[in-house]
Order: sequence, then C-alpha cells, then structure tokens
Amino acid sequence: MFSLESLTTLVQDWLNKTFPPTWALLIEFVIVGILAIALFAALGLVLVIMERKVAAWIQIRLGPNRVGPLGILQSTADTIKLIMKEGLTPDGADKFLFNLAPFIVMIVSMLILAPIGFAKGFHIWDINIGVLYVSAISSVSVIGILMAGWASNNKYSLLGAMRSGAQMVSYELSVGLSVLSIIVLTGSLNINDIVLSQQNGWWLFKAHIPAIISFVIFIIAITAETNRAPFDLSEAESELTAGFHTEYSGMKFALFFLSEYINIFIVCAIGATLFLGGWMPFHIGNWESFNHIMDYIPSFIWFFGKTFFMIFLIMWFRWTFPRLRVDQLLNLEWKYLLPISMVNLIVMTLVAIKGWHF
Amino acid sequence: MVEEIGKTAEGDLIINVGPQHPATHGVLHLIITLNGETIKKVEPHLGYIHRSIEKMCESLTYRQFIYTTSRMDYLSAHINNHACALTVEKGLGIEIPARAQVIRVLMDELTRIASHELWWGAMAMDLGAFTPFFHAFRERETINDIMEETCGARLTMNYMVPGGVMMDLHPNFQYRVKNFLTLYKRKIHEYDELVTGNIIFQNRMKGVGVLSKEAAISFGVTGPAARGSGVSCDVRKLYPYEIYNTLEFDEILETEGDSFARYMVRLREMNESIKIIEQLIDNIPEGDFQAKTKAVLKLPKGEFYQRVETARGELGVYIVSEGGTTPYRIKFRSPGFSNLSCLDHITRGGKIGDLIASMGTLDLVIPDIDR
Repeated sequence: MFSLESLTTLVQDWLNKTFPPTWALLIEFVIVGILAIALFAALGLVLVIMERKVAAWIQIRLGPNRVGPLGILQSTADTIKLIMKEGLTPDGADKFLFNLAPFIVMIVSMLILAPIGFAKGFHIWDINIGVLYVSAISSVSVIGILMAGWASNNKYSLLGAMRSGAQMVSYELSVGLSVLSIIVLTGSLNINDIVLSQQNGWWLFKAHIPAIISFVIFIIAITAETNRAPFDLSEAESELTAGFHTEYSGMKFALFFLSEYINIFIVCAIGATLFLGGWMPFHIGNWESFNHIMDYIPSFIWFFGKTFFMIFLIMWFRWTFPRLRVDQLLNLEWKYLLPISMVNLIVMTLVAIKGWHF
Repeated sequence: MVEEIGKTAEGDLIINVGPQHPATHGVLHLIITLNGETIKKVEPHLGYIHRSIEKMCESLTYRQFIYTTSRMDYLSAHINNHACALTVEKGLGIEIPARAQVIRVLMDELTRIASHELWWGAMAMDLGAFTPFFHAFRERETINDIMEETCGARLTMNYMVPGGVMMDLHPNFQYRVKNFLTLYKRKIHEYDELVTGNIIFQNRMKGVGVLSKEAAISFGVTGPAARGSGVSCDVRKLYPYEIYNTLEFDEILETEGDSFARYMVRLREMNESIKIIEQLIDNIPEGDFQAKTKAVLKLPKGEFYQRVETARGELGVYIVSEGGTTPYRIKFRSPGFSNLSCLDHITRGGKIGDLIASMGTLDLVIPDIDR
C-alpha cells in the first residue's frame, strides 16, 4: 500500500543532514505548525460551506450560490468579513479573560490534532498513549468556554457556559467509555496500533453488537460534546440568543466558530479511527484479491472519506432534530447512556478475553 | 419589582427576554426571574409596537378603518378585516350576497391554514429545529400566491369591505386552490414524520406548560390554546357568522392542556379548514361579490359588537357610533393579549426551554397584543 512515510523520512533525513540537530528539530516544528494551521484554515472553510450546503439540501433550498462557482468561496468571503470586523470588548467584561478565552478553545483544538493519523505513515506525533492524550486535552476546552461565559459579564453567556460545562463534563464519560471498549479489543492506546489492528476488518463489524452499541453511544456523545444540535444548549439560539459567545464579535467570534468545526472534525476523525479503521482500507478477512483492490485507493482518501461521512451524520442530526431541554440532556447521559456504556464495556471485555471477535 | 438590575432581593437572576430576542417573534419584552434554570416569575412588558390603532380608527371612516386592522394580527389579516366588515354591516343592516359570503369564508380558512403553517415552522424553530420552517413555507407560499393573485397583496390583503369583498375572484382561483389542496395532502404527513413523531419533540412538549380548563377560562384564553385545555370556544361553532352554520367541520378539542395538546389542536385544525375549503371550492355561487352600499357609510347611533374566530382565538370588534361617518370609539378584543396573560401561570417552575416551548404553542403575534 502507498505510504507517505517515505516522504516524511526523506524530509527528516535531509533536515538532519543539512542542519545541526537542534535546528532540524525546530524547523520540523515550524513545518508541522504551518501544516496544522493550513489544515485548520482549510478545514474551517470546507466544513462551513459543507454545513451550509447540507443544510440547504435538507431544507429544500439552494444554499450559498453567489460567491464563486456553486458558492464555494462563500465561507472565504465570510472569513474576510469577520477579519475586517471590529472585535468589541464589552465595558463590564473581564478584559484579560475575555480576550484569552477564544485562544484557549482554539489552542486546545489544535493540540488534539497531534496524534491523529491522517494517512499511512503521516501523523504529527506517534505517541503511545494517543487516545488518552486526546481525551485528556479535549476536556480542557470546557475551561475556555466557561471563561468566555464568565468574563463576558452577560447573563445569557453565563447560562450558556454553565450549561456547556455540565454537558461537556457529563458526556465526556460516555465518550471515554465507548472509546475504552475499543481499547479493550486492541490492547493499545497508540492510534497507529489501533488502525493496524483493523487490517482484516473494521472494529465496527468485527466485534459484533457491543461495537455497534458503543459506536451509537459514541456518536451521540460526541454530538453533545461538541455542542452541536440537538445538544446545542450552550448556544441555544432561541433561548439564550447565542449562549457563551453572545458578546464576541469579529475574529474572536470566528475563533469560537472555527474551533467548533475543528472539534467536530477531530472527534469524527477519532471515531473513524476507532470504529471504521482510520486510514485502513475496507478489508474483509482473507479475501486477498478484494483487499488488494481496496488497497489501491490511497489511505488519506479512506481517512477523510470516513471522517466526512461521520461529519455528514452529525450535520444531518443538526438539521433534523429539535433541541433537548437541559434536564433531559443530563437525564439522557446519567440515566441511559452511562449505564448502557458501562454494561457494554463489560460485555466487550468478555468478548475480548474470550476472543469471540473476528 | 426590579430593584437592582440583574438581581432580586433574594438573589435570583433577572433576565430580559426581549424586546429583541429570537424567540419572542417580535418586540415582546419578558422579564423573567430565574433560580438557576428554573423560572420563578415571568412578567411581560408590552407597548413596544403600540400604534394606537384604536384611536386612529376614530378619525377614519367606516370604509377606511378596516385597513388598519390588517396590521394588528398580520397573520390573519383577512379575518381581522372580516370582523370589522361584519360589525359595520351589522350596524347598517346590509345583506351580503351569497357569493361574497363564500369567498370570505374561503379566504378566512386559507388564512387560517397559512397562519398555522407559519406557527408550525416558527414553533419548531423555537425548539431548535430549523428545517420544519422551510417545509412549512413551501405550502404557505402557495397560499400567498393565491392571495397575491386575487387580492393583490400577500400579507396585508385589505380584501374585505363592508358589503362584501373588494373585487371578484381571479379566474385562476379555483385551479390554484385545488392545486394547493393536492400539495397539502401530499405533504402533510411530513409534518408528523419530521416533528410530531419525534421523541425529543414529544418530550419537550408533553406535560409542559399545563393550562387547566378552569385556568384557561379565568385567563380568558381563547382559540386553539383554550381548545387544547378542553374549553369549547370556537366562535364559528358557538356563534356562527356568515355561512359557517351550513358547513360541516369539527371543533377540535384536546383535554390534556399541555403544549402538545395545543400543538395537536392546531395541526388538526388545519385539516378542518381543508375540509371547509373542499366543501366550498366547487360550490361558489354566481352573483354579485359586493352588495350595493352608499358611498358614505353612516352607522346609526348605538353600539355594535361582532366576534369572529381568528387563527389565534376570538377577536371581538366593538364599535360605538354617534351616528357620524367615523366611529366614536372602537375597541378590539384581541386574542393574543388574553392568551399572553396565562404565560406566567403556565411557565412557573419550568425551565427556560419550557418557556420558549409554551410561548411557541400560544402562538403570540405581538402587534396583535399591542395594537
């Protein structure tokens, strides 16, 4: 299978030969940083236009179609507008925290990008506790949101932030448990190992019903964790105007907006990695010729295809369901999802110990 | 009362919902007292869109004042105009031609459907679902097109005049209405699939904002909001005007009194309106569309009252005449004002989300409340 590892090693070898080791490392940092930021910007633009097109398709209308061919430059135009806008800081706000909050949220989403394998042999940081790292860092973003809500000195913001805090902390548990049920099968937290363990089939298909249950719970929980409808209580438009980012404008608002979309991408990428084999092509057991044909499709297409499929699912939810109420939201987590995923984890452990999976 | 901005003496949070707020659909201002997310008190503040329509009417003639009423409850403009025209006709003792009566009822029912369609979309949007709004507008647009063709306007039609209607039906009218009926019947099941049957929606609506029958009567709630609590109050049935007593339709009653009951009443009411339109659309009698009236109308000295059923409830028009060309005093009993008064009662103890859901099912139109 085509691997990008040769490219990455080539770059590294050349850097090490040309520069002293410290400089080589620093230059690598810079390259990775530029790539990450570029990916960020590109993803933000693509996801926003995708959301609007999906929404238009569901809502029997056309969506953006004026700027550029089929309106694909609409989000670029919007971004330029947001950059030009004045970034207001309200009088009563805590200026330091108010301006810090969007960056915290943004940096957190950037950090989570590190261990994700985008293609075969192409990831920023091949860390052996990748999944743990992701779930640890992703819980930091709630601090940014709480900070934004508190520092805005606005009651709508405060309510939105409190809701968001309660929601993200609770749904983290379900995400963690459903991730854990795959970890039990792979026996490794390394994202690369998890992908490789799905060489003869994706975990969603290999591990019977428990895997499907944990996949469903995972999708529900990540929708809630990224504050997307039907769990978008933290920015419930009809209740709290815009929730925690009511007072933000211009680029500071754009950072929240962007990080929301990047978070969606990241959680979907994690989901695709754990349940749908990441960059691993669709393989069926020992069907050598079939597997071989599938290998011809490049691995990054598999990765982005799966991720965007999951993103589409989440967008589909948003434009179909009404919003839950705050107590129903917490009931759903603590009374249904958490017990189910705990039992599911035990069943999955049994499956893993007995080796019942394929 | 509000002592310090933001806090009560007990330390509860006070939030201004409105006058500009996405959920109030207009310039309604609610001051809500919150304990956490739980609502302790809702205090509506009115007057942001008060245009003193009643006072304005006193200086307008009996032909002119009807046009201002399109701006009250703009979603049932036809029905408002109808009520005023009926009151003036009552005072003058004019007989309306049969054709005009049928046209009026047809227009009323089309307006009712259009209004309920908009309510359905807007209410779903309050609950966070955006898609139903566009689905509702797909059907509503066809009604607006019919109105545009016949009346020349899409929202404030000003079609009803004392003595009948302003002009005859457009030749396309029957064809268009039949098209609408087919479209509606083909699409109405989507409403149930998309919203009514949704488990999240049902959880948000059932048992929320409960208005008991007694409370509904004592607050003076009328229309679908009261019929959701089991109060039989359909003016078309109880005090029939025009040709409603010859038509076959049911008064929709639900007994639960919660938001879901009010929702179901409106959905089922649309089907009743469709039934009425179906009975009439092929039986529009030939003849005049307007009775012969004098150029200058003068109501005899006295008091005249007429009530009709708008999409939101009972609209009463009360005219006091001194015998001149303009009314001495006009009073509108608007359904929205009384329906709003029960908001505090039904939302106390609920969450903010419940307030929005209950307000959505009351179907408030703010210019109707303020006038």
